[in-house]
Amino acid sequence: MPLVLSLRDVSFAYPGGPRVLGGVKLDVAPGEFVTIAGPNGGGKTTLLRVALGLERPDSGEARLFDAPADRVGDRWRIGFLAQRTRLGIEAPATVREVVSAGRVARRGLFRPFGAADRRAVDGAIARVGLEELESVPVQRLSGGQQQRAFIAKALAGEPELLVLDEPTAGVDVDAQEALGAFLGELHRDLRVTILYVSHEFGAVEEFAERVVLVRGGIVFDGRPSDLPAHWHDPSHVHP
Amino acid sequence: MSILDADFMRVAFATGALVGILAPAVGFFLVQRRMSLIGDGIGHAAFAGVAAGYLLDVSPVGAALVAATLAAVGVEWLRTRHRAAGDQALALIFYTGIAAGVVLVSAAGALNANLFAFLFGSILTVTWSDFALVAVLGAVGLAVVALLYRGLVAVALDEEGARVSGLPIGVLNVTLAALAGVTIAISMRIVGILLIAALMVLPVIAAGRIAASIRSTICVAMGIGLVSVIAGLTLAYYANLAPGGAIVLLAAGLAVLAMASGPVLGRRRAS
Repeated sequence: MPLVLSLRDVSFAYPGGPRVLGGVKLDVAPGEFVTIAGPNGGGKTTLLRVALGLERPDSGEARLFDAPADRVGDRWRIGFLAQRTRLGIEAPATVREVVSAGRVARRGLFRPFGAADRRAVDGAIARVGLEELESVPVQRLSGGQQQRAFIAKALAGEPELLVLDEPTAGVDVDAQEALGAFLGELHRDLRVTILYVSHEFGAVEEFAERVVLVRGGIVFDGRPSDLPAHWHDPSHVHP
Repeated sequence: MSILDADFMRVAFATGALVGILAPAVGFFLVQRRMSLIGDGIGHAAFAGVAAGYLLDVSPVGAALVAATLAAVGVEWLRTRHRAAGDQALALIFYTGIAAGVVLVSAAGALNANLFAFLFGSILTVTWSDFALVAVLGAVGLAVVALLYRGLVAVALDEEGARVSGLPIGVLNVTLAALAGVTIAISMRIVGILLIAALMVLPVIAAGRIAASIRSTICVAMGIGLVSVIAGLTLAYYANLAPGGAIVLLAAGLAVLAMASGPVLGRRRAS
């Protein structure tokens, strides 16, 4: 079965800047739950951007779904939860409207929603337990509920790869634990591949199969239980 | 004598109604993407287009349409290619447009009442051929908004997420910019170049305070735009005012009213 993600000797620097990543090798197989962690400024978000084809590596190769990452055709196969889970607009947007937005790429820009799309949106809303609130503007929900709405948006396209970029930023510990448990359940039920990018990964340590620590390159790649004790807090990584 | 007995008022109402509906429908997406002021920048480019029309002896509206659309796409190009930050790109278009307009107007010797009609709107100068142009382009604009509605909403909600999932962000952004250019060009006869941007923004701000979803915000904004234009034209007719100012003042009043009543409505919905 082809890999979901494959990085081969990837190096990257932003124009005019120092090298952010060097010699990165990373394979992610279908159904894996991988946490990409590391200190702020260590390059994990850059690694994610290269992996998703949003940036081209200076050298090496990034492949996604067995195609060059920046030329993947069916990008709807990726469900993405952005770093800032706040709503990008000021107008009231209901939970259903937000979740439906996650289905547009799968359906196609010009094709109207059909029964299958409505079922997928219903299913995503139900999975995060927001059925009762689907007509409520997201702005009126609690922080945790808003995050669930955005996870439902990422799930509405029925993705094969779910990517979460710093999902716990600004979220309290209880909400982090709830998110970790929810992702564990999601991974168990759907066997969706999960890439969880965060400088804090305590909430998912119990559920993730691999932890990849990034600091300019990959300094650890293995099971969370094999992580050396002094690396458990990645903001204090020492090579 | 009824206000509708005058042919020029019938054409002004018909044209204004279309403008009142279209401007907030396009403006909604500009406001949500914090591009509210792009309308002003494009308006100034449209001014250069009007002036070029006088100089070249071609339709000022047609020339403005070309200038406004090119300016809108130009702002988007500068912004997305990172050649300039959003506000810098806008400033470049804004000042280039007004300066080019002034130069072209003085070269054409066209600093006259007709020009002021374009700047501030005029009931008397709107013709049935203007209405035909507004009707055709307005219908096309609304059809494009309806066709791309879900994509435009997805980008407004989360541009990065939309990009990752493969939506054609560049196409959607350029289309939205072009829609803004067309809207401004066809609206300037009624509202005026200097005030059209307000009709794209104020009804949306008002609607956002009282509506409960994206869809209802757009519909309410279109309603407020329509009411503002019809009431503003009526006021302008009886009080002999420039219609653009009357329309925008009414829209601003409705926005203030919505801001004041929004929290009350919100509490009622919550209880």
